[in-house]
Amino acid sequence: MRNFWKALARNRLAVVGGVVVVCLALLAVLATFIAPWDPNKPDVKQILDPPSTRHLFGTDQLGRDVLSRMLFGARVSLAVGFVSVGIAATIGILLGAAAGYHGGLVDALIMRLVDLVLVFPRFFLLLAVLAFLKPSIWTIMAVIGLTGWMGVARLVRAEFLALKEREFVLWSQAVGAGAFRIIWRHILPNAMAPVLVAMTLGIPAAILTESGLSFLGLGVQPPHATWGNMLTEGKDTIELAWWLSVYPGLAILVTVLSYNLFGEGIRDALDPRLRQSAGRVVSRGR
Amino acid sequence: MLAYALRRLLLAVPLLLGITLISFVVIHLAPGDPTEMMTGGDPSTVHNPELYKQLLKEFDLDKPLHVQYWKWLSRLVRLDFGRSFAPHGRPVLTMIAERLPITLLLNVVELLIIVSLAVPIGVVSATRQYSVFDKVTTIFVFLGFATPDFWLALLLMILFGVQLGWLPISGLRSLNWEYLSFWQQQADFLGHLVLPITVATFGGLAGFSRYMRQSMLEVIRQDYIQSARAKGLAERVVVGKHALRNALLPIVTILGLSLPTLIGGSVIVESVFAIPGMGQLMVQAAFERDYPVLMGNLVIVSTLTLMANLMADLTYSLVDPRIRVGRRRR
Repeated sequence: MRNFWKALARNRLAVVGGVVVVCLALLAVLATFIAPWDPNKPDVKQILDPPSTRHLFGTDQLGRDVLSRMLFGARVSLAVGFVSVGIAATIGILLGAAAGYHGGLVDALIMRLVDLVLVFPRFFLLLAVLAFLKPSIWTIMAVIGLTGWMGVARLVRAEFLALKEREFVLWSQAVGAGAFRIIWRHILPNAMAPVLVAMTLGIPAAILTESGLSFLGLGVQPPHATWGNMLTEGKDTIELAWWLSVYPGLAILVTVLSYNLFGEGIRDALDPRLRQSAGRVVSRGR
Repeated sequence: MLAYALRRLLLAVPLLLGITLISFVVIHLAPGDPTEMMTGGDPSTVHNPELYKQLLKEFDLDKPLHVQYWKWLSRLVRLDFGRSFAPHGRPVLTMIAERLPITLLLNVVELLIIVSLAVPIGVVSATRQYSVFDKVTTIFVFLGFATPDFWLALLLMILFGVQLGWLPISGLRSLNWEYLSFWQQQADFLGHLVLPITVATFGGLAGFSRYMRQSMLEVIRQDYIQSARAKGLAERVVVGKHALRNALLPIVTILGLSLPTLIGGSVIVESVFAIPGMGQLMVQAAFERDYPVLMGNLVIVSTLTLMANLMADLTYSLVDPRIRVGRRRR
């Protein structure tokens, strides 16, 4: 464990990424206290004001403060990132463990299901489902999670296949431990490292997917601010107000970049061997 | 080889069935009602129970789900994709046929650019690992992974469309298209394609140059590369011939697997730049609850994806002599 922290601290980019990740989480949590203006209060007297000391990132077409809206948008992005990856990881672990431990028909069936979902044009499914369900933050989380578990399932299965032949597992089986206990107490804790890495790298991917869907109008609905739907508004006023299009996108870029740097840093520090095997929980949602 | 291809083709059928079944159930079980759209949301007709029933009956929406699916499927095998729910009621196949070429054009050009740039970038950064070039491309790759494509589209629109006014930012034709000469029309069309293709290429380029670098790094550590050098071959031959050929193999598979993502990407690019392609049709159909158009789109895109995967696998086994598919060992 100490080696892990040492290796992580040596990777300067990963440290920077980690610091930004923590700062972003703080900003999102404390948005109510930090935001200089009410994010949803229109003001006809300051419509599309360019960035100034009064409004650092300018105001939008209803006179709302862009910076304050971005701070509240961070909550949506991070919440979607964490929850949908949580859903994806839970499904992936359950199915991957079942497939890897039991093998045979169970394995064959689950892996065919993985293949099926992998060839599925995912963005099209997301579109179809979200247009038909009432778009809300909960449906987004559920849909991104439900279509993004295949990577974890494959990872967990591979780990289980390798681990179930090891002495400590065979020994537990010999003394009569049940399958459930062996899976949860003995194998899974040893298989978690790559899963955690994949989860860290899955968060930024989910954030990108969410912002893309919000941009298309299928995400969290206005007046609630998300980075994606702020950019949609930016597109409508693209010839008048560049700041509406630039800053929210920059926020997405910085967030995704720092999660990626942090995640890859953790992976390299945990085990350089994982470099290739650790996939992403939620593939880049484009 | 032929037997393998046939077996894979047969396997694609249940896969396609599975995809359509899942989407059919998801789309039809979701709340929301296409009749609203057909009646134009006019309250006097929406609240007319007679008309409502008639509409449901006309589109078989009053039948149980499995009956609906069976009917849809039996029409599909006769290549009848049904008609749109929209008031114009045009055949789905015609609507798709109008839009497929432009989406295919975008995707093919995009893939060609990605491959022709990513391969040399990957090779150079692998053979000169940790050089300035390698570091710059690594930064580019991380930025490429983190940049939302619709944001990049907005930035380029601001710069080249609004500020500089060099390129058009939406659609495929200018308003004065009809008054242009033939060559001016072609130039106009190409001009409209520059920004969409740039945006579509950007994200994929980052990924592929990374894979190419990784693949190349693995290959040049192999023994046969050492022996090629040892027997005195020029570095150019070692890298360009012996290493490159082997490093390209995994890229073929990744190319096939990444097709759904690339096609998904064109949904965003097409809606940002208002390009009348499959992606835009899909978004419209989803918003309007146009079941037949949505399902038709899914069938076409899934079939194309499955075919591309199959082609990638077959190419892989053709170019890699280590893989002998469909031939049992004696």
